Amino acid sequence: MSILVGTETKLVVSGLTGREGSFHGMNNRRYGTDLVAGVTPGKGGQDVEGVPIFDTVHDAVAETGANTSMIFVPPRFAADAILEAADAGVELVVCITEGIPVHDMLRVYTHLRRGTTRLIGPNCPGVLSPGKSNVGIIPAHFFSEGNVGLVSRSGTLTYQIGNTLAQRGFGNSSIVGIGGDPIAGSSFIEIVDLFERDPETELIVMCGEIGGEEEERTAEYIEANVEKPVVGYIAGFTAPPGKTMGHAGAIISGSKGTAQAKAEALEAKGVRVGRTPTQVADIAAEIVGAKV
Amino acid sequence: MDLLEYQGKELFRGHGVPVPDGRPATTVAEAVEAAEALGYPVVVKAQVLIGGRGKAGGIKLAKTREEIEEHAGAILGMDIRGFTVHELYVERASDIAEEYYAAILLDRTAKRPMAMLSRMGGMDVEEIAANDPNAIVRVYVDPLLGFQDFQARRLAFDAGIAADVIRPAGAVLAKLYETFVKEDALLVEVNPLLVTTDREVVALDAKVTIDGNSLFRHPDTAAFRDVGSEDPQERMAKERGLTFVKLEGDIGILGNGAGLVMSTLDVVAQAGGRPANFLDAGGGSKAEAIVDAVEVILSNPNVRAVLFNIFGGITRCDEVARGLVTAFGQLEVNVPFVVRLEGTNDEEGRRILAEAELPNVHVEKTMDGAAERVVELAKAGAAVS
Repeated sequence: MSILVGTETKLVVSGLTGREGSFHGMNNRRYGTDLVAGVTPGKGGQDVEGVPIFDTVHDAVAETGANTSMIFVPPRFAADAILEAADAGVELVVCITEGIPVHDMLRVYTHLRRGTTRLIGPNCPGVLSPGKSNVGIIPAHFFSEGNVGLVSRSGTLTYQIGNTLAQRGFGNSSIVGIGGDPIAGSSFIEIVDLFERDPETELIVMCGEIGGEEEERTAEYIEANVEKPVVGYIAGFTAPPGKTMGHAGAIISGSKGTAQAKAEALEAKGVRVGRTPTQVADIAAEIVGAKV
Repeated sequence: MDLLEYQGKELFRGHGVPVPDGRPATTVAEAVEAAEALGYPVVVKAQVLIGGRGKAGGIKLAKTREEIEEHAGAILGMDIRGFTVHELYVERASDIAEEYYAAILLDRTAKRPMAMLSRMGGMDVEEIAANDPNAIVRVYVDPLLGFQDFQARRLAFDAGIAADVIRPAGAVLAKLYETFVKEDALLVEVNPLLVTTDREVVALDAKVTIDGNSLFRHPDTAAFRDVGSEDPQERMAKERGLTFVKLEGDIGILGNGAGLVMSTLDVVAQAGGRPANFLDAGGGSKAEAIVDAVEVILSNPNVRAVLFNIFGGITRCDEVARGLVTAFGQLEVNVPFVVRLEGTNDEEGRRILAEAELPNVHVEKTMDGAAERVVELAKAGAAVS
């Protein structure tokens, strides 16, 4: 097992005819992802390396049975593309696009919460279930199948931590990047909950960063609901208040959202927090080692 | 993107939020001209992106031409908690009967807009909350329904504002919400929201933050960006499409991806070093971007050593290495570099660096090792100078 994407995934990519969309879409296909369709309005009937292009997501779903959508369109069109995928009945939308206006995402988020479509992202690296399916831009060759579920707000930091874990012999059930924007489609709590219920996952690693209160709320949730061991990491101990550190969501306002506060909140609820990626791997090895 | 008071009020006017008449000014002569046109008495206000202007002497009442000359001259160029005053706002003085507080903001935790009202305006919102937590009333707004009349009434009654202004205050709240949505704001704060002696409800201040991602649909707001007040190094980085934040230390940092760069700053700090900047060269960094980044980092004279921490996913390590070699060819580099390349094409990247034999470039295999090395080199550099 794995979460969110796997052997059942049938992928439609909005923006497959674009430079980035085709590069990563085809990369996903080479990995083994069942890429069934692309959508570009006005280009219906064409194909990209044999993958059929449709004018609408509705057509793509009707023709191919796509159940997962990846969004690779520019920020000003991305909210519309997410809504289109949801309206066409896709179960999971993974939005890679960075720079979507917050008010667009507020409306999209509120609407999706009233239906059944799950959104990952935006501004995220996607979801990888090693050996099964890759939807997004995560460089899959660093990761192998295993029992660590990894969830993160950041892309390259995920690769760094995943790689540090891999060097200790850990593989992954799934790797989920929820994105660095203030309004993310899925929260840490929801992904941690999926890992808790996934039989393949034995250990959960959660990489947060400064800004917001997600990590604090997740700490409460873990204490009350999660049996599996969770190891935490928080980036941004040295970040000054009032400055956005690259991600739109990564900003300390007043005394809220600091890395110190987040690490303490997690530790207070029994989640051990590594201060560096190396320490995260050390703790993971200790926990899993102790179980054996 | 934070707006100055007068810029925020310009947006307010466009959405029918009542504000006193006023004009911006950048010189004493302009301030006098504005005052004469508005009619005395006027209030002269320093336009800086920081609170506490009044206490710092940045807001003064002027009843005559002599007084406006004196106050405008004193406030222009004044330093208010680290911000130099370059602009003034001259506004017709208001007769104050009551001071309330109103705000619309994005609640990230609830992922909804929140409207707030308090009858205890005129002081800091943290101060209001500390004095009496019940003095601020809040409602969440459904972004698909918008701000409803009943919510305005509930806020007004629960906040306990004067009975005769409940309707006009509610109308102002609705217009503030319209401003929040139509202008793509993350925050719209009015403190104080004034009731005049004529019982009119007026926004006496405006604190507005606009979502930078939305500027493509707000060209007028984008033009508000005050490049003169930005740090020159941060401006240089922005022009080159790099995400850069200046910090206090002496170790220049470059990485790819915001989370990894934040993590790199932390690992350097743990090793006993002090980062000079946050610089995210972005995903898929090409050689050209690396040359730009090196130039931005080295434009800070405090930098004694530089750390490149790259984990290649989309970014290819060989591209980064080529960029670094080009940068050394084009720029005068007098400080040591520590380079850690891992991920896509890392071996090729390390081979390119080895062949180029760049002076004072140290290649490290791990993030921890690279951090320790750069801290050592920065300390050695500090000891020499």
